[in-house]
This record gives sequence, C-alpha cells and structure tokens, in this order.
Amino acid sequence: MGKSFAIMAEYETPAEIMDAAKKVHAAGYEKWDVHSPFPIHGMDDAMGLDNAKVGYFTFFGGLIGFTTGMTMQYFMNKFDYAIVVGGKPLFSGFFAFPVSYELTILLGAFGSLIGMFVLNRLPRHHHPLLANERFADATDDKFYVVIECDDDHYDEQTTRTLLAETNAVHIEMVEDPE
Amino acid sequence: MSEPAAHSQVETSTPKELVREPLVLNNRPLGWITNQVAGIVEGEMPKWWNIAFGVSFLLMLMSFGYIGYLITTGVGVWGLNHPVAWGWAIVNFVFWIGIGHAGTLISAILFLLRQKWRTSVNRTAEAMTIFAVICAGIFPGIHVGRIWLAWWLFPLPNANEIWPQFRSPLLWDVFAVSTYFTVSLLFWYMGLIPDLATIRDRLRKNAGQCKTGLDKMINKLKQFLYGLFSMGWIGSNRHWRNYEKAYLLLAGLSTPLVLSVHSIVSFDFAVSQLPGWHTTIFPPYFVAGAVFSGFGMVLTLMIPMRTIFNLEEIITIRHLELMCKVIMATGTIVGYAYGMEFFIAWYGGNPYELYAFKNRAFGPYWWSYWIMISCNVISPQLFWVKRFRTSPWFIFVVSIFVNIGMWFERFVIVVTSLHRDYLPSSWGYYSPTQVDILTFVGTFGLFMVLFLLFIRYLPAITIFEVKAVTPQADPHAVEGGADKVKGGEH
Repeated sequence: MGKSFAIMAEYETPAEIMDAAKKVHAAGYEKWDVHSPFPIHGMDDAMGLDNAKVGYFTFFGGLIGFTTGMTMQYFMNKFDYAIVVGGKPLFSGFFAFPVSYELTILLGAFGSLIGMFVLNRLPRHHHPLLANERFADATDDKFYVVIECDDDHYDEQTTRTLLAETNAVHIEMVEDPE
Repeated sequence: MSEPAAHSQVETSTPKELVREPLVLNNRPLGWITNQVAGIVEGEMPKWWNIAFGVSFLLMLMSFGYIGYLITTGVGVWGLNHPVAWGWAIVNFVFWIGIGHAGTLISAILFLLRQKWRTSVNRTAEAMTIFAVICAGIFPGIHVGRIWLAWWLFPLPNANEIWPQFRSPLLWDVFAVSTYFTVSLLFWYMGLIPDLATIRDRLRKNAGQCKTGLDKMINKLKQFLYGLFSMGWIGSNRHWRNYEKAYLLLAGLSTPLVLSVHSIVSFDFAVSQLPGWHTTIFPPYFVAGAVFSGFGMVLTLMIPMRTIFNLEEIITIRHLELMCKVIMATGTIVGYAYGMEFFIAWYGGNPYELYAFKNRAFGPYWWSYWIMISCNVISPQLFWVKRFRTSPWFIFVVSIFVNIGMWFERFVIVVTSLHRDYLPSSWGYYSPTQVDILTFVGTFGLFMVLFLLFIRYLPAITIFEVKAVTPQADPHAVEGGADKVKGGEH
C-alpha cells in the first residue's frame, strides 16, 4: 500500500454532486475536483472555476498559420522563383488568401487540441484514480468528488465529515500505489 | 363582472407549453446508454459483418489492382481524350469530397446552432467524412499521371529549385483538402477521447470475467491500446472545462473550413474560362450540393446500422426526420441553382454559355442531365409528406437516389462542359473504360472496409454527448436528482 492520495465520495445524480461541489467550494478547498461521465452544465460556477484559456492557443496557432501562408507564398512566387504565369502579378494578397486561410484553420485547430492537452496536463496514464476499482464508474454513470490530501484545508476527520453531510453513497480513501 | 373571473379567463387562454420529443426514447438511465453503445464494440460481430467486410475488402483490392495497372501503364487506360481531359477521376474526387461535408455540418455547424439531436449521429457522420476524404484524395493523386511526382503538389524543396504556382486554384485545393482531412481527424479524435476512456474502464471492470489465458491477454492488450489513446482521461471537471472550450473552438474553426473546402473545389472549375464552369454561383451551389449528398450518404449508412445494432432508441425516427428535412432544404437549393444557371445563361447574353447549357439538357449527354434532375430535384421533394420522411425504408431508397444524383451532377458539370470546345473540329464524346468504372466501384470497398472497422473497434455513437442531453444529466430535472437536494428543482 502506498500513501494516501485523496478522499473520494461517490454520488448517483448530477444534482447531488452539484450540491456537494458547492459545499466543498464554500469550505475553501483548492486541490479538489469533480469527476463525471459528461460535462455537467453549471458545474464550473459551482466549483468557482474561471473561463478556460484554450482560446489563446487557438489564436496563436491561427496567427502563425496565416503569417506562414502569406510569407511562404511571397517567398516562393515573388522572391525565390519569380515567374510570370498568365500575366498575373507575382504576388497578391487575393490569390494568396485561400491557402493562408486554410493554414490559419489548420494551425488554429492544432493549437486548440494541443492547448487542451497542455492545460489539462494530459496525457497522464499513471493517475492514482485510474488504479481505483470503484472509480471505473466515473466514465459510466457515477459522479465523484475527490479532495486531495495535499490541500491546505485537508484534515481527514473534518473532510470526511463534510462529505458525509452531502448525499454521498460511498466515501473512501484513495491510495497512491507508487 | 368581478375581478377574479376576468383573471381566470386570462389563465385559461394561455397556450399549453409544447413538449419536445425526447432524444433518447423510453427515459433510459445513463448506464443503459453506455451498455448499448460500448456493447457493440465489446460483443461479437454478427455474421453479416464478416460477409460485408469480405466483399468490401475484395472490392478494395480490385481498386488497388486497377490503380497499380494505371500507374504501370499510364493514364491512357482511362477513357480520357481531347477535349475531355477531366473524366471520372475528377468526378469521383468531387463526389467523395462532397460526401464528407455532411459530417462536418453535423459535428460543427449543428453544434454551434445548439441542435442537440446531432449528438446521436455526429460520431458516425464524422467517421464517414474522414473515410470519404481518404477515397477522394486517391483520385487527384493518380490523376497527375506520373504519380511518383505527386509530391510536387506540396511546397517542398526539390532538385529543380522550383516552387508550386500559387495562382492556380488547383493548388488551393491541395491545401483545402489536406487541411480538411487533418482538422476532421483532430475533431473526431478529440470527441473520441472520453469514450475511449469509457471502453478502457469497462475492459478493466470485465478483466475478472476472462477465463482463458488468451482472453486475459486480449483484454490486457485492449486495455493498453484504448488506454493509450484515451490519454489518461478521468472525467475531471477541470479537464471538461478546457475540453468543452477546445471543442467549441474546433467547431468554430471547422465551420468556415467546411464552407471553404467545397468553395475551393468549385474554384477549380469557376476560375477557368470554360462556358458551363465559369460561373459565380458555383461556391454556394457546390456547398449546398455537398451537404445534400453527404446527408444522403449518412442516411444510407445509418438506417441499416441503427436496425442491426438495436440503436432505434438513440437514433430515433425524429433524428431521421430532421435529416430528411436537411436533405429537402439543400435539395431545393440545388434545384434553384440548376434553374438559376439556365436563367443566367440566357440572361447573360453569351451565346457560348447558352449553347453549353442547352447542350447539357438536350445534347449527347441529355440522359445524365435528366438522371441528375430526377434524383436531386424531384426525389427530395417527396419529404414534404411526413409519412415518407418517417419511414426508414423509404428514406433509405431516397438516400440512394440522392447519392446517384449527386454523382451525376459532377459528371454533368465536368464532362458536358468539356466535350464541346470553341472549335467544332475538336468536339468529342467521352466514355469511361473498364478501368475507370471498376476503380471507382472499388473505392466503395475501401470506404466500407474503413467504416466496418470503425463500427467494430470504436463507439459508433458519442456516448458522453448523448448522456449529456438526457434529463438524467440535468441537475435541475427530477431525473437528475433535483428532488433529492434542497432547492435543486425549479
């Protein structure tokens, strides 16, 4: 047995876990989370989370894409291999637009996906919760509140009492197998 | 008249609130949805799967064989001639790429429009998009003739020290199609992550039931692979927050992308000087046609799938009906575009343009034009009748007509415009050869091979999104437990 990682409480409905999340948030915990098989509408507010920052990654991805597209076409058709075709200008923002537009979207999409992974600290295949038997239902039809032992407000007795006062159907200590 | 009497009169005249039909029938619990969808991946495949896979695999091999013959011999094995230098290969390319558009419309545009019914069909439709784009990508690749030089399409340094010519819409197409494929794949994969985690966790729960050593090994291997691709997803709300934002952004990026892809495909034609191609209506007309054909293919695939895998409670008649309405709307836009092309050909006063269109309807290829009109303009109008758009077998038949009609639309555009040149001495008639025909037929094999593998190994319905639109997922609904907490229900 490894050391204790967190206290986990199981719930059966989204309303009950929403209620529990509000109570845990009100008690001032920081290192805790709610696990659910699907995103629950309104849970971000209940947990006191601010807006997600993925948009910055998307924006910079898109910006890099557009700049790359324009400079690439300028370099290739006007600078490095300047050859007149059909009497058209060597470079124009109009004919260069479709390719730049596509590259904006391409790198913006990569930015969004990579941003999501970076902000979520994923992939992470060795999370202690993944080793927990009961937690396997978190991707099926059960809901969990997990309060980490590292949290400043954490105290085994008071945290257990707090969770016991909610509608939890089961409370257990999650061990870190490492 | 007293006050309370007037009050009650107002009360009784208030109309009753209309109740939406549920998206999952029979008020099923969350676990049922997981079992129903993940069960397909975990269970044995029915016998027809093996038969269908075998046939599709042979068709695919046939296509590859003909492509090998083409590469080793040359494009002379196709029916191309002068003046018809673009034949079936380009028709097939536009056909397949168009099919894909329904998937992106469902996954991105309907998501932005908050059409909750999309959740049951988006996974399959997106898979269809990706497989269709793979089939589409083959054709321009082999059409370049010297396929070993196809990499010159990309801006890569080469020994001749030359670069691609970006003034050509054909090169825009290279970027549009490759971006479309990549972004569709990213979007699809991102949607799969939570569902792959569901399967990973179910495998872990079922590990104890494995009896033989082989079963245990297979279970371990599957756990490893599904686990690897689910990236360690644990359904954390802090993760969901970023996930949902990224999903929204990807939907926002895919929407202008899907509109641009077929617009750029239409530029391949519209930017040229050829009567019949040189038309400003092409971009919107192509996009509407693409969505129309794509929904045809979605229904062709989904109607048998929902019956065979007992998914009628998740992909309900209402879902089919809504898709039929999209077919009807886009089919009408396509019909309008056909009419408008003729009007402009007459009103524009260009004799070559007018000739091209008269020749389209009454020239040597009249048969292809009228197949197109009857399949694309007439058949979707049948969906005005509610009984027709709610009978799966009827929808299936119409969806086949839509597929045929949209293939002929591209044939009409490509071939009838080319076979009459400005110089009557170069007029000709184009017929496909056996190689043309069987290469195309074989791509359906490739498409079905990929699709059947998808049904077998990946959840065909987005489990987490379907759960999220049920009343069981709503913290303010009684089904979501609102009556169990104080002040929850409203």
